[in-house]
Amino acid sequence: MLSKKELLDLQFIDARARLIDLAAFLDRLERHDGEADIRLKYFKQALPILQEDRPDRAKAVLDKFSDHSTELPETAPFQGAAGAPVS
Amino acid sequence: MRYIEPHAHMVSRTTDDYEKLALAGCEALCEPAFWAGFDRSSADGFYDYFRQLTEYEPKRAARFGIKHFCWLCINPKEADDPGFAREVMSLIPQFIEKENVLGIGEIGLNKNTRSELKIFEEHVQIALDHDLPILIHTPHLEDKLKGTKLILDSLASFSKLDRSKVIIDHVEEHTVKHVMDAGYWAGMTLYPESKCTPNRAIDILETYGTERIWMNSACDWGVSDPMAVPKCALEMRRRQYTPEQIAKIVFENPKQFLSQSPRFKL
Repeated sequence: MLSKKELLDLQFIDARARLIDLAAFLDRLERHDGEADIRLKYFKQALPILQEDRPDRAKAVLDKFSDHSTELPETAPFQGAAGAPVS
Repeated sequence: MRYIEPHAHMVSRTTDDYEKLALAGCEALCEPAFWAGFDRSSADGFYDYFRQLTEYEPKRAARFGIKHFCWLCINPKEADDPGFAREVMSLIPQFIEKENVLGIGEIGLNKNTRSELKIFEEHVQIALDHDLPILIHTPHLEDKLKGTKLILDSLASFSKLDRSKVIIDHVEEHTVKHVMDAGYWAGMTLYPESKCTPNRAIDILETYGTERIWMNSACDWGVSDPMAVPKCALEMRRRQYTPEQIAKIVFENPKQFLSQSPRFKL
């Protein structure tokens, strides 16, 4: 496996660009009119996970965006997926 | 680099894509039956689709020297109507002995409903009755974790199921451990927006090992890239994986799983 330094050499610029893009996305939402929905709440709840010292941040973010309900509907109330539990 | 694309929906792709796959070293590809982007109005639509998978696509692939295999089922989304689903499933025996049919798939769940679950279990029984491998789709985005757990609970109730003949696809960081700890194969799908990126897929290999796992493009009519597997192989090279380590993931592992079907021959 690559060393930390080698990995930074390989991927830092790409990760930096993605982080700035995230920041710009939040700025954009701030600037535009109307009300956000619950997806933004989940998004903001996931952001502090990036700052935590743990080896499984990606899993934790995915867990945050997951439906943890246990009931099963007979048929689908709607189709598609929003990326966060919206119902 | 020779590789196997173990999950691609070529009915939605152009002939140019076959050429790109061949140029990248694709020797074989496998096409699970899936949702075509719209709900079909009758079982006849599936009859035509199963003919496309078993008769037409193998010829289209062969023009580029690629072996084409397929899996049959009604996909989880259209399986939410059990009456319709059973009508489609009654067609499967007509096609199950075709020479490029590997097994039953991609069955699974979409919105995690009781109806989907019933049809999923009936598909598993068909596979057991015919001693066929199974390819399982796990739901999208927020529904994936719950759906994966439901699928694993359901599979556990089939006492005669050989877990080494089942691959659970579209795993991500929050579901891969559940799947691998239970003894199943895991598939990672490389998508530009959802599922895994190449780097995340490589991270999963580094965390959970390189046994019982493959990667695929699952290219279809949506945002997807038929070249995703060779691009991920390139990323592995950039991360200093050896050609042998890459070949294990993109060629040897899929060959090992798929060879459990006597019809899979390169």
